[in-house]
Amino acid sequence: MKITFARAALAAAAVALTAPAAFTASHSMFSPENPECIAPANPGGGWDFTCRQVGKSLQDLGLIEKTMQVVNLAGGGGGVAYAEVVNKRNDSNDLIVAASSATSTRLAQGAFPGNTMDQVRWLASIGADYGVIAVAADSAVSTLPELLDQIKTDPTTVSIAGGSAVGGWDHLKVLIAANAYGIEDVRAVKYIAFDGGGEAVTQLLAGSVQAFTGDLSEAKGFVDSGDIKVIAVLAPERLGGEFAELPTAREQGVDAIGANWRGFYGPGGMSDEAYEGWVAKIAELYASDEWKAIMEQNGIAPLDLQGAAFEAFVAESVAQIEAISKEIGIIQ
Amino acid sequence: MDMLSSLGDGFAIALTWQNIGLALLGCFLGTIMGALPGLGPSNGVAILIPLAFTLGLGPTASLILLTSVYYGAMYGGRISSILLNIPGDEPAMMTCLDGYPMAQQGRAGEALTLSGIASFVGAFFATWGLILLAPQLVKVALLFGPAEYFALFALAFATLGGVSSTNQAKSAFAAMLGLGLAMIGVDTQTGVPRFTYGEVHLYDGIDFLVAIVGLFALSEVFIFLEHRHGSADAAGKKIVVGRLTPSWSVLKKCTPTMLRSTVLGFLAGVLPGAGASLGSFIAYSMEKKLVDRDGTFGKGDPRGVAAPEAGNNAAAGGALVPMLALGVPGSGTTAVLLAVLLALNITPGPLLFQNNPDVVWGLIAALFIANFMLLAMNIPMVGLFTRVLMVPPRILMPVVAMVSFVGIYGISGSSFDLMVMVGFGVLGWVLRKFDVPLVPVILGTLLGNQMENNLRRAVTISNGDWTTLVDSALSIGLWTVAVVGFLLPIFVGGMVRRRMRRAGDEEGSIRD
Repeated sequence: MKITFARAALAAAAVALTAPAAFTASHSMFSPENPECIAPANPGGGWDFTCRQVGKSLQDLGLIEKTMQVVNLAGGGGGVAYAEVVNKRNDSNDLIVAASSATSTRLAQGAFPGNTMDQVRWLASIGADYGVIAVAADSAVSTLPELLDQIKTDPTTVSIAGGSAVGGWDHLKVLIAANAYGIEDVRAVKYIAFDGGGEAVTQLLAGSVQAFTGDLSEAKGFVDSGDIKVIAVLAPERLGGEFAELPTAREQGVDAIGANWRGFYGPGGMSDEAYEGWVAKIAELYASDEWKAIMEQNGIAPLDLQGAAFEAFVAESVAQIEAISKEIGIIQ
Repeated sequence: MDMLSSLGDGFAIALTWQNIGLALLGCFLGTIMGALPGLGPSNGVAILIPLAFTLGLGPTASLILLTSVYYGAMYGGRISSILLNIPGDEPAMMTCLDGYPMAQQGRAGEALTLSGIASFVGAFFATWGLILLAPQLVKVALLFGPAEYFALFALAFATLGGVSSTNQAKSAFAAMLGLGLAMIGVDTQTGVPRFTYGEVHLYDGIDFLVAIVGLFALSEVFIFLEHRHGSADAAGKKIVVGRLTPSWSVLKKCTPTMLRSTVLGFLAGVLPGAGASLGSFIAYSMEKKLVDRDGTFGKGDPRGVAAPEAGNNAAAGGALVPMLALGVPGSGTTAVLLAVLLALNITPGPLLFQNNPDVVWGLIAALFIANFMLLAMNIPMVGLFTRVLMVPPRILMPVVAMVSFVGIYGISGSSFDLMVMVGFGVLGWVLRKFDVPLVPVILGTLLGNQMENNLRRAVTISNGDWTTLVDSALSIGLWTVAVVGFLLPIFVGGMVRRRMRRAGDEEGSIRD
């Protein structure tokens, strides 16, 4: 009983706070018949987690009636799913697709052949994972400017490991920081691509590389154990809770922000009613205490964007990545 | 003693009725999934994640269920390798080499029982290794930088000659073909797509499972279709199941093999990125180098069944070491398990043993229980499994085709993969016609990318200085073994071949 009350109260509060009356009506009207979430990767990755966790939480909160069906549609770094949605599922109202910075990176670099970001409708974000740059605990380097100075004087002495391919988001984060610090030729920065952040951290501990670029959630376990030290979080300001002691790049004079956002898009031909409905559902989920707990457990930082605001955010991020990718010669 | 009391606590957690039931369920489902071609341990675990969540199980109970599936699938993979010559999953590939010939000789029951025992030995000692050595083994993983990984993969390829005894040139060709296939996809070191022809499905490269199911299972179906008018495969061979349990002398002969393979497999499992396939591969080829005096490996030698099975099950245990202690998955399946841990609000990593001792020790106790259950379940069920051999091919083959299609579509949900699989089926059929072994093709595809990436990482880190490849004692050691492993068969091989010829080589010993 207690839970039911809390839930009802919470839902009411969320609705009252975030949505005008008409909005509420439309969202209560829309209920996906067979809610489906495409995770554009194999089980186990971030997108898969996004789909499953959000599907479960939406059902727990009573926002969807049926269990969200999670479909893994791997391939092409999300390109296969993107093409599928654009070409075959364009009218579906029941479908949402997990996306993240990796999606916008690939869209910006033209890695989804023939697809652009305006072919789908961007729904909402559910949080962000801020980028970190870290070194081994016994490293002589202890601030971001020290590391970047080393790169400035002799870029061959510093290898930076990350979990994404060259031109991927982990790589771009370092380049954003290097750029902000005034390193002219960002192509000289040595980036070594590993299969996932875990392998990259291991190689940092093994001493094969000098620095690590990745997401805070990937580094968390090793920060707690004292094996690595984070020299910069690429967030606008210091994060809360246990992360409060980690310095931001900004406070060290390097104006670089790198957030790996997580969110959803829907098919381009989705009806307005369905679009508003999904946006409202995800907004309500985001505002819930349950979701706050999940965010905290998984080291997800706040990023509260819905509907048009989210769409604008993705567009901006695509434009920024396009500019850097041109600079480093990944695209012409 | 501290450890033993922790383990005792672990058993107290694992030995509730609910958890035993879950372990039993997991073992059973896992064995079936492992046996079905296309459904390997990683899909098996992934498929059951929703079940664990829907049942509302706690972290320990979920982990018990899912790791039982994991171990079960590692056991189950051997069944179709031995009975059908179709590996149930990637690591079971090596078991085909001697398991299928044994089945053809009417020793299927023996091969199944023996491999079950070998799986048990591998998994049992690996679990002890996990308990005793996890903290130390993490340091081993840290000794491996890109240069050392490259040397390790080079070692694997240098000993490839050990895999198929028939024709070195053909197996080298097969390995090259595999390496070539591995190049398809986006190159992670430059972000440039290679051989994708603008086809977005190819950006991630070729999925090994698609390749395996196509090459092994579908080509089997094609061969059957070709012979459907009554010749060789369809009616010619009446397979006898034979005795179910191996004799003591066979077991005794296999014991040292199992123990050596367990150690090798476990170490391969501990290294992130090497995994169970490399474990069973290295175990097999090393064992062949060590004990194959009469050239019986590849023709149904029981030791050739025991080695890869002990190796891959030990690797499955070994792969849990980096996952639990570093948060780095050592194999595809542990990557899925890692995701489960994260979803259950448990952060694997250096502090897991301190922060969540109940989870870790409960899990380890569950591994022991699952292992005994699997042994108990698998041995009596051997009789049941071998009945598959009695199913006439005209019924069996359509089932194989159906399972292949459903299994592959179930993984990616893309019809493109089905076409790739059919393509591989045709390729497999052609290669069989030319007597080219199929296992090196898969190995090339499986290990090629890792080998290339590690080479390029090593050289990039050293700013183009190639001497970095032999810069540490460990890499020099690995290179030495590789060179010896490559050269020895060339000199010793002639001798063995002469002896084989004298022994009167039986016809048609060529197989995959």
